[in-house]
Amino acid sequence: MRPHPGNVGHAATPARETDNWGGTIRFGMGQQRITRAECAHVAALARLELTDEELDRFTGQLDELLDHVAEVEALDLEALPPTMHALPIANLLRPDTPGEVLDRDEVMAQAPFAEDGQFRVPPVLGEAP
Amino acid sequence: MTAVEIAAAVRSGQRSARSVVDEHLDVIADGDADIHAFNLVAAAQAQARADEIDGAVAAGNDPGPLAGVPVALKDNLCTRGLATTCSSRILEGWVPPYNATVVEQLQNAGAVVVGKTNMDEFAMGSSTENSAFGPTRNPRDTSRVPGGSSGGSAAAVAAGFAPVALGSDTGGSIRQPAALCGVVGVKPTYGLVSRYGLVAFASSLDQIGPFTTTVADAAAVLDVIGGPDARDSTSISQPQPPVSHTLADGVDGLRVGVLAELSGNGIASDVAARLQAAVGALESAGARVAEASVPAAVYGLSAYYLIAPAEASSNLARYDGVRYGLRVDGSSTPDMNTATRSAGFGDEVKRRIMIGTYALSAGYYDAYYGKAQKVRTLIINDFASVWEQFDLLVSPTSPTTAFSLGERTADPMAMYMSDVCTVPVNLTGQAAMSVPYGVGDDGLPVGVQIMAPALGEPVMFRAAAVLEASL
Amino acid sequence: MGADSLEVPGLGAPPDTEWETVVGLEVHAELATETKLFSASPNRFGGDPNTHIDPVSLGLPGSLPVLNEKAVELAVRVGLALNCRIQPSVFARKNYFYPDMPKDFQISQYDQPINVDGWLELPSGKRVGIERAHLEEDTGKTVHIGGGGRIHEAGYSLVDYNRAGVPLIEIVGHPELRSAEEARQYVAELRSILVAVGASDGKMEEGSLRVDCNVSVRPVGSDRLGTRCEIKNVNSLRSLGRAVEYEASRQIDQLTSGQPIEQQTRHWNEDDGRTHALRSKEEDYDYRYFPEPDLLPLDPSAEWVEQIRQALPALPRDRRLRLAAAAPSVDIDHIALAVERSMDELALAAISGGGAAERVMTHIVQNLADGSGQLTSEALSDLVGMEEAGELTATQAKKVLAVLVEGGGSPQDAAQTLGFEAMDTGELESLVDSLIAEHAEEWSRFCDGDGKLTGFFVGQVMKATQGRADGKAVTQLLNSRRG
Repeated sequence: MRPHPGNVGHAATPARETDNWGGTIRFGMGQQRITRAECAHVAALARLELTDEELDRFTGQLDELLDHVAEVEALDLEALPPTMHALPIANLLRPDTPGEVLDRDEVMAQAPFAEDGQFRVPPVLGEAP
Repeated sequence: MTAVEIAAAVRSGQRSARSVVDEHLDVIADGDADIHAFNLVAAAQAQARADEIDGAVAAGNDPGPLAGVPVALKDNLCTRGLATTCSSRILEGWVPPYNATVVEQLQNAGAVVVGKTNMDEFAMGSSTENSAFGPTRNPRDTSRVPGGSSGGSAAAVAAGFAPVALGSDTGGSIRQPAALCGVVGVKPTYGLVSRYGLVAFASSLDQIGPFTTTVADAAAVLDVIGGPDARDSTSISQPQPPVSHTLADGVDGLRVGVLAELSGNGIASDVAARLQAAVGALESAGARVAEASVPAAVYGLSAYYLIAPAEASSNLARYDGVRYGLRVDGSSTPDMNTATRSAGFGDEVKRRIMIGTYALSAGYYDAYYGKAQKVRTLIINDFASVWEQFDLLVSPTSPTTAFSLGERTADPMAMYMSDVCTVPVNLTGQAAMSVPYGVGDDGLPVGVQIMAPALGEPVMFRAAAVLEASL
Repeated sequence: MGADSLEVPGLGAPPDTEWETVVGLEVHAELATETKLFSASPNRFGGDPNTHIDPVSLGLPGSLPVLNEKAVELAVRVGLALNCRIQPSVFARKNYFYPDMPKDFQISQYDQPINVDGWLELPSGKRVGIERAHLEEDTGKTVHIGGGGRIHEAGYSLVDYNRAGVPLIEIVGHPELRSAEEARQYVAELRSILVAVGASDGKMEEGSLRVDCNVSVRPVGSDRLGTRCEIKNVNSLRSLGRAVEYEASRQIDQLTSGQPIEQQTRHWNEDDGRTHALRSKEEDYDYRYFPEPDLLPLDPSAEWVEQIRQALPALPRDRRLRLAAAAPSVDIDHIALAVERSMDELALAAISGGGAAERVMTHIVQNLADGSGQLTSEALSDLVGMEEAGELTATQAKKVLAVLVEGGGSPQDAAQTLGFEAMDTGELESLVDSLIAEHAEEWSRFCDGDGKLTGFFVGQVMKATQGRADGKAVTQLLNSRRG
């Protein structure tokens, strides 16, 4: 038999045309899914500092990706539960018995900055949120 | 020599492990400058280990089913005393104080680790161009990429640097490079191989698997690394039957479906032709082949490119300059974290952390991550109904043969599309593998993907063996 | 215009307004396991920094969590003791950057906690709702160097991960407490429950029990909650009471002077007795919770939960009820104290052995603050019997009791050793008479009605008899001599 001439990655997204890959093609203005400011906020949350060029580029690329994944908006998913684990594996419990601990010297040898067997960091500025 | 042949020769005393290892170290020394499959070659350790194995043989002990077999490990598998970098500046020089479970299993089986292989940084990519240490080249044509993210492992096996390599597959990172380099690559059922010691990219999708030149070698390695592990909660707790024992059982009477959604439009015609040839070979061997449809599979990429980055954004938070790896100083800890992460992560990793952080952030969770998890359910349900009619599914592994270096680096979406055929199976947790099946119009390898339901490895390997034999 | 109709309850209220304090508590307790919540390094207080660590608790790349069965069992015990529903639960990742958190996320239970919808009963009989009691991992510890150790002025900080991964249960109560004293009672009761079921050692000073208080105020009669502030760093029952008192009065002052309360996290400073703003609600972090993919949903079987229920020891509330039934005339605070001191069994046995309940409880509350030592319930019962029979005075009984606590034995023997044979009336009478003759001036003042001199004569008798005399009998004798 012949392989099926279907669409790889195709998904019908209403009011948008798709290319062969299901990637949506943009029309007009005002359909931006993520703004530069949102992108900057996300970078700060992730403790990343982006240059202006990176921020411009990432905003465009994230927007393009979000536009592609918007294909799933057309699906009726209301009744479906989310999948956290692909397979129904039983929960694993560990007996409460002590095991090996790491050698402190071996661990501290990997630390960027150690002092008195502890990890040294610059001022933390405040308590944990 | 294949891994099975090497192990037989070493166990019987016909060959020394040391000579096997030295031979491979020589090939690496001659060839890796052009390929750059390795981030690190552990020559001295490998030789010492080989000597130990030879000592065991001389003492009348059996070093195990992989005695003396050189193995290359993707550089995201923790190796005690050997630097593990994930091809990232942020982990450069980090020496883990512990071994991954698979590393222990391989060593207990007599295998010899010869080095750590290059990869896309933190396994994020499909070409091994996203490595902080420079790209790996495809041994079949050094102007082409080897695929990714386990490109170094695929290239190492294709170039004869080692008969066995381990990789990790989150969205196709074993199967796609195996296809592009013309070797066998297996993504086992999620939970079959312990992930303990595999530096996480996307925890619910990651799975370790082998690269080999033959199907029998892949089976031998899977039989060593598969099985329960009390250190991985997601490990399947029941031992599975060995795959090697039923390799030669053939496909007579098996119901094989050609997965329509992954085999039609968008697949290069030369790749489609090879799939057709493979289908013919399975039919000749007695399989009943029909078209199969998993309509939701087309949404695989969308779900994948939300779920994987979301998990990654959290998994990669720990690279903060405090405990190990790179630190770039700052006047405060938050500044130091930011400076470290901004300098230590490459472009693609930053991009995925951004996507994932966004998909999980307040107000967007339901629209993105939550929805992607429901799409995942949809895909699982669709596959489940197909498994009522078929024992196996086939498709191309990659829509095209190996592309040129630099061809897709400027366009992340184009790069992401390289995973279109491989991603659905990661979302469902099922088993899949890529088997080389001839070459395309450009003379470069084409891989056929065989998919099986969860824990369907024995049947999957039977079909792989039939395809291999039909060439 | 009543305070209730104001936008903010109590804002600009007149100075004579009566206020109500509203407190809701979040209590973190370290579970008494041998090992960490998700790995096998020891759960032990103290130790050299970074010696109780393994790849998982240090968050090393590639490490994976595996849940400690004992921690789950202890969490179920707590849930049962707090009358919660035990339900299938899911671990989630709470994502935020902080150097004491090795993975820069905390594994906690978020929207599906293991225990929900319970209650705790205060000794007064008031029930306080428990919203949830969930499992989570502890963080490491950060020490701030320079700037007097203050976090904002420190030159740098040092991180120790020994505590990272220690199992915690977080018990979230509804805001149903109405005073600092109730808040104190709630924590005391919760602590006794945690200790009783073996879930925690309950030591606030070692940080194994930590309390965050949400405090708000409103005019009495208002049915809306005021804006709350969360107070951290409350390290003892005493400071809990002080912190709530201070915070409530701060809020009342602010509201009566016309300023609304800003929702804040505040830090209790033991030294100056005040709370200080840490950060405001607007700075709230986006934790990006999502289900922990490395762990599977936790669903303890009904059989296991039942087994745990069967093995639960008697809880403080039940023990109070039992003791109160045996000593119905005794104040509930004293009953609660006996239970808190784990002397309820002793009291019950002494009472059922024939000891008068009031006297038994008086000894337990007043004379056994430092423990019951070698004292048996039979000895306590007999001691009380001797007091009832007039063979021992209260003072003598207290001394006998001290001997029994120290070295055990019977009260009869102890009393004999101490020379506490009951004085006969004739001996006492002649002693009193001789004292009256000796202190004629004091005696005439006594006869003129100076009541203070009763104490003088009783004291003289006690001195002369080395406490053997019964004070009441002496008083009676003095009064009859005065005529």
